[in-house]
Amino acid sequence: MIEVQDLTKAYGPVTAVDHVSFSVHEGEILGFLGPNGAGKTTTMRILTGYLPATSGTAKIAGFDVTTNSLAARRHLGYLPENPPLYPDLTVEGYLDFVLRIKNVPPDKRAARITDALEKTNLGDKRHELIKRLSRGYKQRVGLAQALVHDPLVIVLDEPTVGLDPKQIIEVRHLIKNLAGTHTIILSTHILPEVSMTCDRVVIINKGKIAAIDTPQNLTMQLKGAQRIVIEAQAPEKPLQELLAEISGAQSVEVSPARASGHVTATIEAASGKDIRSLVAAKVVEKGWPLYELRGVSLSLEDIFLELTTDDAEHAQESNESEKTK
Amino acid sequence: MMRSLYAIYRKEMGHYFVSPVAYVVVAMFLFVSAYFFNLYVREIVEQSFGMPADFDAPAQVLRAFLGLLALLSLFLMPMVTMGLFAEERKRGTMELLMTSPIREADIVLGKFLASVTLFAVMLLPTGLYVVYIWFHTDPRAPLGIVLSGYLGILLFGSCLLALGSFISSLTENQLIAGALTFGLFLLLWALDFGSRGAESPLGQTVQYLSVIEHFEDFTRGIIDTSGLVYYLSFIVFFIFLTVRSIDSLRWRRA
Repeated sequence: MIEVQDLTKAYGPVTAVDHVSFSVHEGEILGFLGPNGAGKTTTMRILTGYLPATSGTAKIAGFDVTTNSLAARRHLGYLPENPPLYPDLTVEGYLDFVLRIKNVPPDKRAARITDALEKTNLGDKRHELIKRLSRGYKQRVGLAQALVHDPLVIVLDEPTVGLDPKQIIEVRHLIKNLAGTHTIILSTHILPEVSMTCDRVVIINKGKIAAIDTPQNLTMQLKGAQRIVIEAQAPEKPLQELLAEISGAQSVEVSPARASGHVTATIEAASGKDIRSLVAAKVVEKGWPLYELRGVSLSLEDIFLELTTDDAEHAQESNESEKTK
Repeated sequence: MMRSLYAIYRKEMGHYFVSPVAYVVVAMFLFVSAYFFNLYVREIVEQSFGMPADFDAPAQVLRAFLGLLALLSLFLMPMVTMGLFAEERKRGTMELLMTSPIREADIVLGKFLASVTLFAVMLLPTGLYVVYIWFHTDPRAPLGIVLSGYLGILLFGSCLLALGSFISSLTENQLIAGALTFGLFLLLWALDFGSRGAESPLGQTVQYLSVIEHFEDFTRGIIDTSGLVYYLSFIVFFIFLTVRSIDSLRWRRA
């Protein structure tokens, strides 16, 4: 349904998108994941025909977005980063306008509007002026705009920005329900969003694709390594030495825990070895009270950092994320 | 495609007549033009005493009044056009328009025609003044001047709107768009003063380029081909430039 081949976009000397290729099957949800400035928005803008590519091709429903732009756009619904709203129109008037410029015949418009309002939970705001709506509602009107004409392909640039947690869950449900009949590309920097909604993930960094796979496979890739976190009442130094001696432990970090006198230690173990019982035995043997021991499987977040940051940065950031835990 | 063009036209009309834009502009226009109309009638009637019998007072009033309409348009039209594209760009709605299956020409023409409609709506009530003259003069005021004069003012206004559209497509800043439109048009108008009565080919060319020079023919009841060609090509030229400018937005964005 979406075919992207060697897509490149250069702004003068800066290459925003660098030879990106991927495809999305009919009914699939593809997540675009990457730090700010990675080229997500640029890729989406090329796909939607808003920006021309420097080189490479992109096809939507079989139509090239550059050479057959109008035909490609006919099958497209697009929510840009900032919802493109007319503040002086009512929600209904706005959606009616969108249907008109999307060439939807008059007899189908009323039903399409009702359907889109229902899907985005905007029924009670139908006659409200858009400028009077809150940020979250505006975002939903933007979303309604992207799907109101029932397009084959829907491109959503950060669809959950500005929504409260309850609305985020609703929107994720909505997106999941749209899949199957629609092909969806969405971009986000929120990781759980990707693992919850997407069939496949493209991780993009500095304009290049770092990985394409299902969220499960990506998590599996790094699952080989095991991470164990313990909390105990023990002196820091001796605990560090004790744990480092355990065979299979590759690195040990010890830091004070919230409770006074307690410390937490994070142990990275080589793959294939379960050293949890060994750790427990060693600590207890010393007579140190053990309060917690858990194995942590690497999350998509770790993979993301792994793939998109330099090593030094990575170490620092994972330290920080440990601390906040 | 007519349908997309109409969709844009309809949205623009809604924008003018739902928001206070149209009402403020139309009200200002009527208020000022009514004041001056009154002034002209009195002044020219006074003048006409002691004039030879063939002094055509109604025609004089009409001519002065049409000139005033042109001048008022010069002040008010930049306020109408400055937002045409600048606002769409600033709001991000240009991204919606340009990723929808409509042509740039439909967007530009829809907006242009809507602004011309607004202009026509502005002019419409001033017809009442003309009707007033019609019934209170003997012999009747010359109908030819009325018709050609209004055609002239409509063409003149459309030129303003076409130029204004183009300038609005160049910037995201409405104030810049408005000021530039006003300044450029004033300049095109002033070409007439600088070149009046010029004999040299250059002077005559410059005079031909002045927007107001052709308008004066229309206020004398003359529909000159040269004037028609001038106005129509002016409009087509700037509409074309606007379409190109909108199209190039895709490439210009860095």
